[in-house]
Amino acid sequence: MVNLADYKEMIIGSRVIEPGNSEKFRTGDWRSQVPVIDKSICISCLSCWIDCPDNCIVVDEDGLVDVKTTHCKGCGICSQVCPKDAITMKEDIA
Amino acid sequence: MSSKVGTDIAINGDGAVALAWKQINPDVVAAYPITPQTIIVEDFSKYVANGEVDTEFIDVESEHSALTLCSTSSSAGARTFTATASQGLAYMWEMLPITAAMRVPVMMAVANRTVSGPININNDHGDVMSARDTGWLSIFAENVQEAYDMSIIGPRIAEHHEVQLPILVNLDGFILTHAIERMTPLDTQHVRDFVGEFKPLYPLLDTDHPVTHNLMDGPLFYFPHKYQMVVAMNKALDVAREVFAEFAKISGREYHMVEEYRCDDADYIAIVLGSSFGTMKQAVDNLRDEGMKVGVAMPRVYRPWPADEIAALCKGKKAVIVMDRHLSIGAYGPMFPEVCASIAVNGKMPEMYNFIYGLGGADTMVSDFMSVYKTVEAGKANTINYLGVKE
Amino acid sequence: MSAPLTLKELNKDIPDRLASGHRLCAGCAEGIIARQILMGTDKDVIVSCSTGCFEVSTTIFPYTSWNVPMIHTAFGNGAAGCAGVETAYRSLKRQGKIDKDIKFVNFAGDGATYDIGLQALSGAMERGHDMLFVCLNNEAYMNTGIQSSSATAKGASTTTSWNGAVAYGKKEASKDVTAIMVAHNIPYVAQVAPHNWKDLVGKARKAFECGGPSFINALSPCPRGWRFDSKDTISISKLAVETCVWPLFEVVDGEYALSSESQRIADGKVEKKPITDWIDAQGRFKHLKDERWSNIVEEIQADVDKRWNKLLKLCSL
Repeated sequence: MVNLADYKEMIIGSRVIEPGNSEKFRTGDWRSQVPVIDKSICISCLSCWIDCPDNCIVVDEDGLVDVKTTHCKGCGICSQVCPKDAITMKEDIA
Repeated sequence: MSSKVGTDIAINGDGAVALAWKQINPDVVAAYPITPQTIIVEDFSKYVANGEVDTEFIDVESEHSALTLCSTSSSAGARTFTATASQGLAYMWEMLPITAAMRVPVMMAVANRTVSGPININNDHGDVMSARDTGWLSIFAENVQEAYDMSIIGPRIAEHHEVQLPILVNLDGFILTHAIERMTPLDTQHVRDFVGEFKPLYPLLDTDHPVTHNLMDGPLFYFPHKYQMVVAMNKALDVAREVFAEFAKISGREYHMVEEYRCDDADYIAIVLGSSFGTMKQAVDNLRDEGMKVGVAMPRVYRPWPADEIAALCKGKKAVIVMDRHLSIGAYGPMFPEVCASIAVNGKMPEMYNFIYGLGGADTMVSDFMSVYKTVEAGKANTINYLGVKE
Repeated sequence: MSAPLTLKELNKDIPDRLASGHRLCAGCAEGIIARQILMGTDKDVIVSCSTGCFEVSTTIFPYTSWNVPMIHTAFGNGAAGCAGVETAYRSLKRQGKIDKDIKFVNFAGDGATYDIGLQALSGAMERGHDMLFVCLNNEAYMNTGIQSSSATAKGASTTTSWNGAVAYGKKEASKDVTAIMVAHNIPYVAQVAPHNWKDLVGKARKAFECGGPSFINALSPCPRGWRFDSKDTISISKLAVETCVWPLFEVVDGEYALSSESQRIADGKVEKKPITDWIDAQGRFKHLKDERWSNIVEEIQADVDKRWNKLLKLCSL
């Protein structure tokens, strides 16, 4: 028999009351390449942040950018939009 | 008991629905005109124009958008009504199961009219029967008074927190929508007290608690979400009984899951929906005068289907005749199998007959209904019969 | 919103409304566009979505990518759905049952805008609901597997308009839905593309604050459907503007004005690139390189030129 979810534990209707809980779904597993940021070149212009489709560029305490690899799908957009070529895509074999 | 009822008025069925809406004062009404529902929204928009209600009234560009707008308005947290008929309900169809699955208590008046083709503006139940499997509650009115009363009772059942399903309030096109009858309204304050404040669950407009509505379900979740609706429908049986009892207290008018007329000692009973219940009562009286032991009943609540009441009603009868004002072409009328199943799972079957009648507004008179019983008694009825069609 | 339009300010001020973990394809522009659109207001915002890639990818039960309230009902009715929420808001606000200032936006694909959703969109715009409708225009039915829509470009190969021995892909040029929205006499209409965030966020701000219905048509390059490498989404977007395939402009209360690169091309400061640059960059047009279809490439160029010149006239009034 199939193992269906318990209807009593679900609120009525197809609703989700926990905002943004897709963070629990790790799209980083899809990736074959990962962006690597050379922080010595990064000028923190945030071009990669504004163009990341997956909201995976985070700004650290020093104002420099970092990659949230749990969700990065490795599309490579950040490496293309970086005006300083500070981001390179490297093969990512998990 | 203080007087909670108003003075008698003469009004048509559509006007009675609009009056009930005015007294309830919903937050949002969105509708698209279609015969024979149109008078409801015409009358109601006059109340809007005269500032007699607080409602945002939206003239949408289609019925599909009407029901869409109502479903999201209700999700947002507003008490929301609409009305339609026939092709309008057909055009809404995509949104019927979606609205029910959204678990929002939208109320929709349906001025029952046949569905094209051929195009025909008159009454049968083809429109609402196409909606019966979509998860909406569905209740029927016999006359103008009941069209008004059901419009007040409807939201109470739908909005109950353990129900939270949309509701169809059915009134027969032209026969009730356009016929002027004498009716006793309730006074507005009592209507508002009875219906109460709208208390939405998970309203979208509560931006402090962001909820995502109507996600995509995989196979693990779709069936459980549907089962939640089964639970809600079962609960609605109890809720409807309670709401009917409460309504009787303020109005003096008693309603039941299944309305019965002279069924107790009857050998032959018929089961029928809507305004024909009234016509058949006359047929029953005439036949009783002739010495035939006959009766007639109407499921007031069609969804949830009151199976237990139907089974009890039919127990020990010589024959049960199911009058369907719609036809599943190639099978039976829609109510016939439901009545058969209700009896079969509860015990011994009487003889069962299905009569299809009155499609597309075909007049069905007292004498026609009398012939139904006589045909059955004479042993001349087929299992399925098409009343008035020259076969 | 009056904060200066810089990335530092946007990064600081606006909470991310769309969370990670959504299941759009790698490199899909829709995530970029939606994030930028939602940076256009610092007020509370409620999102509505028509069925499509974006809706499905962000709401697979039991996960939602939405940090703001979001609702979806069906494919062809996103505008009516958004209008319903806005109507409820207006009713409750007028009755004093709610006092917040809330903005409303519907995201829809091109199918849900140009085709099945056009009626509901037209109705909502005509009725004047205070809502923004954003078309995430990836020029085909990508959610069901790259079928042709009325937004699909002439010559593009799709799974219902294949190129083959006797066919060059889609026969018709795309419909001009932006112009149809302008014809509704609504306060704000614009075209945007994701490579130009400043233009996009600036237009989103105007749309949210225009006080009535607004429409933004956002070109949404689709690596899968347009057949290019996922890293090139932004450069493809830029190319669409540089070739005048997708001019950037806005129409404020009926007044047309070019913006950003499109203005610079009109001013002669930047040269307009040939359509072959656009075609050569995408696999969906690959077959057009065959000499057999050279006349089709010419027709496409002529159509782009004709539309561009018409736009120049509208903007120079």
